[in-house]
Amino acid sequence: MEEILKIENLKTYFFTGEGVARAVDGVSVGIEKNKILGLVGESGCGKSVTALSILRLIPSPPGRIVGGKITLSGREVLCLPEVEMRDIRGKLASMIFQEPMTSLNPVFTIGTQIMEAVRTHTDIGQSKAREIAMEHLAKVGIPTPRERMSQYPHQLSGGMKQRVMIAMALCLKPALLIADEPTTALDVTIQAGILRLIKDLQAESGMAVLLITHDLGVVAEMADEVAVMYAAKVVESGPCETIFSSFCHPYTEGLFKSLPGRTQRGHKLYTIAGMVPSALRFPPGCRFHPRCPLAIGKCRVDEPPLVRIAAGHWCACWVRAGGVDRYDA
Amino acid sequence: MLNYIIRRLLLTIPTVIGVCLVTFLLFNVFASPEAVARKQLGKNPTKEQVKTWVTAHGMDKPMFFNFKPGKDGSIHPFDSRFWNHMGELLLFRFPKSDYLHEKVSDLLKQKIVPSLTITVPAFLLSLLSILPIALFIAYYRGTYIDRFALFICVILMSIVILNYIIFGQYLLAVVFKYFPIYGYDFGVGAWKFVFLPVILSVAAGLGGGVRFYRTVMLNEVRADYVRTAMAKGVSEERILFKHVLKNAMIPILTVTVLSIPFLITGSLLLEIYFGIPGMGNLMLNAINNHDYPVIRTLVYIYSLLYIGGSILTDISYTLVDPRVAFE
Amino acid sequence: MAESHLKIAVKRIKKDRLAVAGFCVICLFALIAILDSVPLPRRDVGGVKWTRTVLDALFQKEVEKSYSPPLAESGVLNRKEFQLQSRHLLGTNNLGEDVLYNALKGVRTAFIIGIVPSVIAAFFAILLGLLAGFYGGWIDDVIQYIYQVLSSIPGILLLIAMLMVMERGLWQLCVALGVTTWVGLCRLIRGETLKVKNMEYVEAARALGAGDLRLLFKHILPNVMYLVIIEVTLEFSSLVMSETVLTYIGIGVEPGTGSWGRMIMLADRELPNAIWWNLTGASVFLFVLVLAFNLFADALRDALDPRLREG
Repeated sequence: MEEILKIENLKTYFFTGEGVARAVDGVSVGIEKNKILGLVGESGCGKSVTALSILRLIPSPPGRIVGGKITLSGREVLCLPEVEMRDIRGKLASMIFQEPMTSLNPVFTIGTQIMEAVRTHTDIGQSKAREIAMEHLAKVGIPTPRERMSQYPHQLSGGMKQRVMIAMALCLKPALLIADEPTTALDVTIQAGILRLIKDLQAESGMAVLLITHDLGVVAEMADEVAVMYAAKVVESGPCETIFSSFCHPYTEGLFKSLPGRTQRGHKLYTIAGMVPSALRFPPGCRFHPRCPLAIGKCRVDEPPLVRIAAGHWCACWVRAGGVDRYDA
Repeated sequence: MLNYIIRRLLLTIPTVIGVCLVTFLLFNVFASPEAVARKQLGKNPTKEQVKTWVTAHGMDKPMFFNFKPGKDGSIHPFDSRFWNHMGELLLFRFPKSDYLHEKVSDLLKQKIVPSLTITVPAFLLSLLSILPIALFIAYYRGTYIDRFALFICVILMSIVILNYIIFGQYLLAVVFKYFPIYGYDFGVGAWKFVFLPVILSVAAGLGGGVRFYRTVMLNEVRADYVRTAMAKGVSEERILFKHVLKNAMIPILTVTVLSIPFLITGSLLLEIYFGIPGMGNLMLNAINNHDYPVIRTLVYIYSLLYIGGSILTDISYTLVDPRVAFE
Repeated sequence: MAESHLKIAVKRIKKDRLAVAGFCVICLFALIAILDSVPLPRRDVGGVKWTRTVLDALFQKEVEKSYSPPLAESGVLNRKEFQLQSRHLLGTNNLGEDVLYNALKGVRTAFIIGIVPSVIAAFFAILLGLLAGFYGGWIDDVIQYIYQVLSSIPGILLLIAMLMVMERGLWQLCVALGVTTWVGLCRLIRGETLKVKNMEYVEAARALGAGDLRLLFKHILPNVMYLVIIEVTLEFSSLVMSETVLTYIGIGVEPGTGSWGRMIMLADRELPNAIWWNLTGASVFLFVLVLAFNLFADALRDALDPRLREG
């Protein structure tokens, strides 16, 4: 199947006064048409930065994409001039963000903002753009779209604001939707609705979706493929069912074990010992080794490569997946 | 809307009364009437002269309540220093100047226009020059242009306004003789007297103003909605001029609208230095001549202006920020 | 807790080279001010009663007859040349006084004017701001009313009014400036107290039995102090500059106290006669000190800003 997004060895660093923060340090993932990839990891592992790098939205004084290749629908993105990049944003690939509260401009109406998305990329006139905007508001499940068009963001609830964001992102039918923790800031009861909406819209249009989340439950419900990130690198990736039934990497194992449902009543909750390392100072060798119950001498010295342990299932661990000499990558 | 304004005005009444109280305390409690009289009458007045002055100014009356029968035999309990003071101000029955022997209200009428001929052009010119510069710097944020501009701003801010005025006047009026040094002319001829003070006033405020507006712009530029607009593919120019500017207007308005009533009060320094017969000059002369009636009245008026300014600011918020409704 | 924040702040400031340069300049000026505050045993100079300080001993020069340009050997009085008794680095003013000496004498005044009013203002602001934010209710209403009334009277007028009823003088000026400028800081502290009062650690302390005073001074005040520090350093420049302006319009310190404002005031009529050194000396000293403080205060504010405190 056609690969809509292909990220190869992406490196995005932040050059701060306290040193270089290697937020994304050699990440490679790909998403095919009509598939949803769930990018999972704790806060600070680099998932959001990866997403922002795709659209080149990294704040440029401290941050910079220093290496790698990103291909969107066959087009190489990292070397494009800014003007062409702007053409891609919102049209070929769109992004929705975590905080719907602040992601919409408070002084413009909903209608104006959606219409702006349409008219930035096309020559469509005002009245036609208004129709398209209302059409999409209805599509994302907002009742009385005509009234909502002239309302301001603060008059909408969190869930509705996120639906507006989705409408804005999809009105030009992009091939890729990047959703950066779209439900994290919403009430649990609203979350399910938004996720279902994304899934329905995806099925209808056949677009690829990069879904970023720290919530394994969301992944289970939504994703076709999963990539687990830790300390700026992908440590495991594969089809969703495979990862959930036969996870490989000790970190992935730790994540699953930490889920409350898995412990018996009355027993202490499992936690992964230690803390997430700062992007300024990653440990040598395998970045998970200080917290890993399986760590051996080699883990402290060499970084394990991603090794294919089954069809489509990759894992980076010396102990569980071995090195280049055990299987061929 | 009208309800809102009326309600706000009613709420300011206690504050206005408080202001009158403060001025009363300052001028009546902390300085005795005799001392004031002596300062007004010049060298070594006799006890007689002091007494006449004090009586003529009603300062021999009791502080708060007057229970002594007057000339016609009746008792006016509110004929006391306190109530006369409050009545004078709150009812806008302004007194006469001790020094200039004219009614303060007449003086005000004469002096407002010259002050305005300086403050209004300076205000507009400042706004028109600072805003574009701040937008320009915000566009190039993080680059050397930004850092260089910021450094220049700090340097400009560190120069006292006196230096701007003194050196500016010396260079442009004395050395190059582009403008008259001093004085004022009513009517059309005023512009050549007004040009120099206006230009210098704008120059002195440039550093601080650009820095402040830059901070406001940058705060907005870091906001989430800017990231969303970029993700939509909107151009940098449009983001800056439409998205950021409209949001930045909210804090900018606070500062700008609040200063509008003070355009009437004039700039003290500029008027003294360039000999503009405006409100600032009036105030300074009143101070140097211990002209308490004028000072009292001016303090009162200035506080009314400040209160008016804050109400105006609140109203302007409701017009610009859709999140703020009249409550 | 407070120590590590201070260390982080110091580290951040050290990175800004301009701020460090500013700090060094401030220390240099502070040294001058200290030298000017240390009195020497009296030596009656022609019966004039006036305390001599270490600075005087180091920098005071003989008084000439009248004006002389910097580093000149002779000056001019009534169109006649006269010989100078010593070299004057910045020349002499109309009374023959060494300009550099006069400028140095103004440093101590500048420091006092720059700091003391802020301290006075901080005292009122902290007391009233904490009380208003912490207790709320009618206490809050009364305090808010007080500062609404005070801020409705434009500062300069209140200042002038206060100075008219007090006598002129450096310390009176400090008190007047302090009393007229506490409102802004008070508003900030009140706002911050309102925020901090509801934080978990305050609730925790209260649950452990801490009384109101203890809560206020041990838990809330330290978290509000950064506002005070920022405000005091930021206000320094405005205060020093306003002393200059106030002296110029006649409401400054009494004659006899070193004052850059007075130097500028007396000197601005000299420019048309091509006498530039008096004005320039005072202006340069003022500019350098104000610039140094502006650079340092900016870096300090960025370093202490809690929003920039992550990592």
